Amino acid sequence: MKRDEWKTLGWATALLAVAALLPLTGDGYLISLGVSIAMYTVLATSWALFSGPTHYISLATAAFFGIGTYVMGSGIEVLPYWVLLPIAGLIGGVLAALVGLATLRLSGVYFVIFTLGLAEMTRQGVTWYQNQTGHKGTYVLTDLTDNDIYWQLLGLAALVYLVGWGIGRSRLGFALRIIGDDEDVARHVGINTALSKVALFVVSGAVAAIVGAIIAPRYVYIEPSTAFTPMLSFQVVIMALLGGTGRLWGPLVGVIPFTLLWEAISSSFPNQTTLLLGLSFLAIVYLLPGGFVGLYDRLKGRAAKRSAMA
Amino acid sequence: MDILITGLILGGTYALIALGLNLQYGVSRIMNLANGEMLVIGAFVAFTLFTVGQVSPLLTIFLVAPLAYVLNWLIYRIMLRPLVNRAKNRGMLEVDAILTTFGLSFVMVGIMIWAFGGDYFSYSYLARPIVIFGDNFGLNRVVAFLCAAVLCAGLFLWLNVSRAGMAIRAVAVSPENARLVGIDVPKLSARAFALGGAVTAVGGAVISTFLTLDASTGVMFTMKALIIVIMGGVGDVRGTILAALVLGIGETFVASVIDPGLTLVAAYALFILILLFRPQGFFGRKPT
Repeated sequence: MKRDEWKTLGWATALLAVAALLPLTGDGYLISLGVSIAMYTVLATSWALFSGPTHYISLATAAFFGIGTYVMGSGIEVLPYWVLLPIAGLIGGVLAALVGLATLRLSGVYFVIFTLGLAEMTRQGVTWYQNQTGHKGTYVLTDLTDNDIYWQLLGLAALVYLVGWGIGRSRLGFALRIIGDDEDVARHVGINTALSKVALFVVSGAVAAIVGAIIAPRYVYIEPSTAFTPMLSFQVVIMALLGGTGRLWGPLVGVIPFTLLWEAISSSFPNQTTLLLGLSFLAIVYLLPGGFVGLYDRLKGRAAKRSAMA
Repeated sequence: MDILITGLILGGTYALIALGLNLQYGVSRIMNLANGEMLVIGAFVAFTLFTVGQVSPLLTIFLVAPLAYVLNWLIYRIMLRPLVNRAKNRGMLEVDAILTTFGLSFVMVGIMIWAFGGDYFSYSYLARPIVIFGDNFGLNRVVAFLCAAVLCAGLFLWLNVSRAGMAIRAVAVSPENARLVGIDVPKLSARAFALGGAVTAVGGAVISTFLTLDASTGVMFTMKALIIVIMGGVGDVRGTILAALVLGIGETFVASVIDPGLTLVAAYALFILILLFRPQGFFGRKPT
């Protein structure tokens, strides 16, 4: 590793340590906000791992998240908690692989359309299955508190950052950047484009499922309409794009302001959240293409040019 | 037989909606994910005029069509044209268009909820039974189907016979070469986008005669229309109509034989089969 990288690692560890101290405040509202931010950070960062370099917009987050929640909900009576987390990840990953194999060979539009309905379709399937077997929802009763959930999510976030950093340095990361720039070129230099895309999509699907499993004890009672909220997919997309997908830390920069804004709007104007989502999408396209990361790079570029002139 | 006719009737109205989307995507190359909201707006106008002034929905469509045309033309000119100009390649335009039209769709839903509330709306128009081949069907459904069939046929003829229709098809096949024979591609793209929106809004007015809708149902129709367009092949009218009928029958079959809550699963099952075996659509040719 180079010196710069050691420095970044040091900063990241310090930030993580500070973030981990949050529950010590004992403020219930702050901790619950912290859980939301940690959750969205993990989801948006893992989303950006796949969608950042490839430019494929995935709206499947809610589906994977819901499946993770259901794995925890239906398994908690039978298996220990710690076993269920990797199982949730495994099932989410397998589902992502299947979806990816069916759609990622084709152009981006097919993928968007498919993932758009995936959460709704899974919800219909689960509801139908529950009606067949005759029970409505499931209880997840554990002695985990919000603090435990928060720390687990922080740990997962650290893991996602490490994985993302590793991918960025690997051949796979390099291949994905070429695919994002020009898929034909990538194919000509011998990259298996479909397989590379599927591999990354599996990572983001598995992570989203694990997040769902970790969050499940917080809901206590799980039913299809709470586990599969299509809104979640859109929130994640907006947060990631608002921050910018060009850097690993980009999504985090989008998650914090958007979560705060979302909390504020949904507590004072609960009916206007849809409008907020829509306006955010438009703002990203017209005002902030590239997100905060893009803005930062542009400003830095301008400053560099100015100092070069002087 | 019952399933077949109900499915055909449902598919007929789907065809109209999907044709609107196909015009937009096939000609102006914008995947319009706010298409379903245009449908809800059309339905809402029909609902309001019927409950306030007892205006027949079949007359309302003559008001809805020009309104939706203008609205969509403005959307294209103001919001989408800059994206078309800024995009360096088709992929970038696709991503931008998807995000923008998603944004638009949410904004429209938000405004409708804000202005009219999130309640379901429906009205009773021609809710009398009619007997076809010994089974009972709602007269409003049959009328809606006939209306959709007339419009589809009209659109098909117009696209195939008239000069403007030919120009539109030329742009759908190849925007670069269309320019060479003197077609004003940007102008025509805006018109095709506007026309597609108008067709969908009319579809909404027609569908409101027998379906209960609310402000946020648009996305379900967008999804179905997208699946139909891909099944039938982009820019292909015959394919779209066939695909819409297939989807209508498939959905009705699943709803009546297995469970009415599984219609989307049925649509997706069809979609996966198409993606795996014929991603270019029913009548499409394999890309070389």
